[in-house]
Amino acid sequence: MNAARDAVLGRIRQGLGRTGPVDEIRRAELDARLKNHKRGIIPDRSNREPKALVDLFVEMAEKVQTTVARVTAPEDVPDALGDYLAQHNLGSDVRMAPDERLEDIPWASRPTLTVTRGSSAGDDEVSVTAALAGIAETGTLMLHSGPASPTTLNFLPDDHVVVLRASQITGAYEDGWDRLRAAGAMPRAVNFITGPSRSGDIEQTLMLGAHGPRRLHIILIEDV
Amino acid sequence: MESTTRQFSQNARDALANAPLQSALGKMESGFVANRASAAGRLLEFEALRDQARDIKNHTLENLDFYLEKFEENVIASGGVVHWAATAGDARQIVLDICRSVDAKTVTKGKSMIAEEIGLNEFLEANEIEPVETDLGEYIIQLRHETPSHIIAPAIHVVKDQVIETFKESHAQFDPNRSLEEPRELLDEARSVLRQRFFDADVGITGANFLIAETGSTVIVTNEGNGDLTQTLPKIHVVVASLEKVVPTLEDASAILRVLARSATGQEFSSYTTFSNGPRRAEDPDGPEQFHVVLLDNGRSKLLGTESQEVLRCIRCGACMNHCPVYGAIGGHAYGWVYPGPIGSVITPTLIGVDEARDLPNASTFCGRCEEVCPMRIPLPKLMRHHRETAFAEKLTPATERAGLSVWAFFAQRPALYRMATGMAMRVLGAFGRRRGKFTRLPGASGWTAHRDFPAPPGKTFQQQWSARGGRRKAGQ
Repeated sequence: MNAARDAVLGRIRQGLGRTGPVDEIRRAELDARLKNHKRGIIPDRSNREPKALVDLFVEMAEKVQTTVARVTAPEDVPDALGDYLAQHNLGSDVRMAPDERLEDIPWASRPTLTVTRGSSAGDDEVSVTAALAGIAETGTLMLHSGPASPTTLNFLPDDHVVVLRASQITGAYEDGWDRLRAAGAMPRAVNFITGPSRSGDIEQTLMLGAHGPRRLHIILIEDV
Repeated sequence: MESTTRQFSQNARDALANAPLQSALGKMESGFVANRASAAGRLLEFEALRDQARDIKNHTLENLDFYLEKFEENVIASGGVVHWAATAGDARQIVLDICRSVDAKTVTKGKSMIAEEIGLNEFLEANEIEPVETDLGEYIIQLRHETPSHIIAPAIHVVKDQVIETFKESHAQFDPNRSLEEPRELLDEARSVLRQRFFDADVGITGANFLIAETGSTVIVTNEGNGDLTQTLPKIHVVVASLEKVVPTLEDASAILRVLARSATGQEFSSYTTFSNGPRRAEDPDGPEQFHVVLLDNGRSKLLGTESQEVLRCIRCGACMNHCPVYGAIGGHAYGWVYPGPIGSVITPTLIGVDEARDLPNASTFCGRCEEVCPMRIPLPKLMRHHRETAFAEKLTPATERAGLSVWAFFAQRPALYRMATGMAMRVLGAFGRRRGKFTRLPGASGWTAHRDFPAPPGKTFQQQWSARGGRRKAGQ
């Protein structure tokens, strides 16, 4: 396919009034642009103090039908999860990401919970995962794939429960990219998730629960 | 995809007489249009973000070869493969070869306009591979053997009763007397049928909203989660994308994402925005084993450096068609090819020829609403006018139209004669129409009066009234 590649690049260069690749000076400028990760306009709505940012995150998440339970400490999470399962008449089995960010939570303190860990093969009713960040400007969760965070948990179960810490909440998507870059190489998948799955394809009527989760629930540990 | 664009005026007439279509289109103003206005209104910086989005894409297009090579380099670095396809035929063949390499029987598909453009489904079927559309709207029209009539709401022309009928015919495994009256029941049925298809597929094909040069990522923006299941579960993920989708960095994509969903559906952000980078890593518990990107040109590279370069900024949000009075009256199928609405009227002639698509640039009232809402500030009316000029210059316009224009041009170039002729016409029309204020029939204008009354002019031309009100003097000040 090198012939096609050369032909396409050749036509592009011809259209742009060049006979070959960009010159050295231009190349250096463009390389610098790629490395600088310069931010554009960041909406002012997320320019807030940490506490107010958490409130904005919750407000925006709830607007897109995410439910949020705010708890004060990791010890409260098992009960919050148990209550959520009971409220929706769900069983006690949960499929959990084998994620160290979930390990300081005393899951055994709610004895009715049956926790197994790993990816999903499609027969799990409820998944529990951590997240990399919560993006306040649109109430968006940022998750990424890896050995500790299987992507299938984000999409196959009917109920997706995310344990998020207030200290993970940040204003803009760009903050999320900075965190991801600090964490190392680009993972296979980065998922921005804003509410449960939905479709408006039948007469523009909004319906929740299309092919992904029917419900998205956040247990928010208020650690700030 | 085969075009029926040559029959545009017949298509439009049929669409106007199509009752279910008219009922479906009636919901657009209260849906997409109202939602977009409200989302744009909630974000103070929305207009500045549109300028910024335009500038990012302009910068990228000016250096497109550089960014495509960077993108390719980074896809390879993350373990993926890039295939360059000069034509639709090349792209189809590349996808088929990938499918055949694993002896694929079925492929699942996320929504992709590029797959429509290259006619991928028919081609795979002809080669005994079953493509399964998984987006609800795409699934509905696949069962109905139709094409999308809108770029983000492919089944917008279908009403609920038709979906019920289609599902009852196609899903013979269920009780024929089951209730499907609620849209919810239809969605649940599609979900249950498609869930197993996701697991069974050998290959998952998606499109891409963006390609990121910096990281070699491909990006999909969806609401249903079908695109994510399509690309996560099978052994192979194939992305089909046209080359103008590339942007430099993750920050650039984030900046444009801020105007995409708001312009499209009026959401602050779509449910799922997914960045994919290569196949699963050695230690990953899930994800595809192979990752391929098919980069399609199909006529786009030759638009660079021309008037039409600006259409390459398009991010396929659909705002232009949502706001277009012509689209709102006739829907998407009448346009006759993949891309309907104002963006279709501009893109289609560039991709399949001004001759083939001659009518499309005329399918506009030039009201300018499309340009007003385009998040990428594409001057759609200007580009349509450009196609009209090309068609005229290449003598593609019909003889009667050309003759009419010549007559007008004759008068327009002789101002005194023009003033006299129009003054006379206005006096006559004004006198005859004074009593009723309108004409229900007018010789030579039946094209207008067959559908609506022609208002009687007041008896004076615009120029006469302008000068009577001192307009000329003001203009000269």
